[in-house]
Amino acid sequence: MTPRALFVQVTYLAASVLFILGLRSLTKPDSARRGMHQAMVGMALAIVGTLLHHDIVRYDFIVVGLVVGSLIGYPLGMYVPMTAMPQRIAISHVFGALAVTLVGIAEWYDHGLGLRLDRFTMGAIGFEVMFGALTVTGSLMAAGKLQEILPGRPLTFRGQNAVNGVLFAVIVALFLFLVVAPHSPVAFSLMIALALAAGVSLVLPIGGADMPVVISLMNSYAGLAAAATGIAINNEVLIIAGALDGASGFILSIVMSKAMNRSFSNVLFGAFGAPQAASAKSAAGLTVRSISPEDAAVQLAYARSVIVVPGYGLAVAQAQHAVRELADLVEKNGGEVKYAIHPVAGRMPGHMNVLLAEADVPYDKLKEMDEINSEFASCDVALVIGANDVVNPAARNDKASPIYGMPILNVDQARSVIVMKRSMSPGFAGIENELFYDQKTSMLFGDAKSSLAKLVEQVKQA
Amino acid sequence: MNDFLEIYVFVLAGFVGFQIITRVPSLLHTPLMSATNAMSAISLVASLVAAGANRSTVSTILGLVAVATATINVVGGFLITDRMLKMFHHAPKAGTTPASKGGAK
Repeated sequence: MTPRALFVQVTYLAASVLFILGLRSLTKPDSARRGMHQAMVGMALAIVGTLLHHDIVRYDFIVVGLVVGSLIGYPLGMYVPMTAMPQRIAISHVFGALAVTLVGIAEWYDHGLGLRLDRFTMGAIGFEVMFGALTVTGSLMAAGKLQEILPGRPLTFRGQNAVNGVLFAVIVALFLFLVVAPHSPVAFSLMIALALAAGVSLVLPIGGADMPVVISLMNSYAGLAAAATGIAINNEVLIIAGALDGASGFILSIVMSKAMNRSFSNVLFGAFGAPQAASAKSAAGLTVRSISPEDAAVQLAYARSVIVVPGYGLAVAQAQHAVRELADLVEKNGGEVKYAIHPVAGRMPGHMNVLLAEADVPYDKLKEMDEINSEFASCDVALVIGANDVVNPAARNDKASPIYGMPILNVDQARSVIVMKRSMSPGFAGIENELFYDQKTSMLFGDAKSSLAKLVEQVKQA
Repeated sequence: MNDFLEIYVFVLAGFVGFQIITRVPSLLHTPLMSATNAMSAISLVASLVAAGANRSTVSTILGLVAVATATINVVGGFLITDRMLKMFHHAPKAGTTPASKGGAK
């Protein structure tokens, strides 16, 4: 090994160690930032090391790529609002997967269109390109849905699962064929084309509320594709970073699926959202109690303990700062405010935490579901802001409901409940929520942000 | 035989990842996602070689695009993760003024 090659390997080893340390720092909010700075140093080392790699003979294209990437990456990192974080993350999966897919294609092309590739390497490249292409279009669809360029409801057609099944079978068959015969340009191109199509047909039928699972899964695929790249070109740091990314996405998908009491396959192929046949209880004959901001403010002004339950509606209305303002007033009056965060509240793992942290809510007030569920019974007011399914008691007691069995926040046990909602239209999948018809529930209709502003005004006067 | 070594690295790294990530609180799941995404943009090192090895026009062009997209994730990913992490802070001790913005100490 030449000294230069040794230096490159040392930077890769250092990067691997710093990545793992950086990831470990994320287990504690206080150390997280410093750990990420270490990971950044690792990344910088690996890049510098690679620039000295003996295979690199020209730098013109590299410089152009680095400059263009930085010019696009900087605003994507600095100026994208926290409310747009789900689509921002989805887009980053597109970029990551696109990079590894292109590298895989280049690698295959440079080895005489696969002619000089052994089967093991072809297997790694095939895996890389297959998962990469699938993630590119799949994440693009997810981002489109989250940005509301595409309709958020599931797009389905008859025989969809059968079509998808055949599509996947053909892709796997092409992959196996390539491993046996790497020099098959037609099979290689066809596999990429079909994987791109599969990404579209996999994600389009999945509804907006299931996006946390999709994003996590795409995170995992992007990581696995990166690890496969590392295996194909014998680059250990790439294998390690890819494996970490793949593991993280995989764990998050499991956490998200569990929080919805659904299996992976049910999320991917279950496409619920079609009218539920004779589902659950009907709202006929039940009445809701609407409340004015004035009355709601009085309730809050004298509450000793308040639990805020945020949902996607909070993100849509961008009401995170308004809710903190309200919480400050309640605390000034001597009350205590906590936030109950359901794992799938919002559109990606941890969505609500990031929004509330942005509004300067201290993280020790953001409570996980298991931690806070026992406290609802002793809380004066549960303030539900734009959350629906995660507080629906039907998940506990109505076997006919599509969400039966999903763990929920025990808002119905609170002494009183105020639900902030745009209108009575049922939420995702048209599931009625009996919480809204409960005796102790009052509905405060309107946009969450302006309703909260009114509440703040009134609590000040109360 | 060398090939199998790569599989070893993959499996062991995945195992380490699993052990660490299961301990990440759900509070930090979004930064976790953006952080792992930024790290896996280390595929930039493979893109750099593709763009700079001068093997063929095709791979140079593909490498150029890959360098650009991977750089987007390196730069954007780490910046946004840091932006998120600096928002998370403790409740101020009773009697003191609220921590100033970005006081994640």
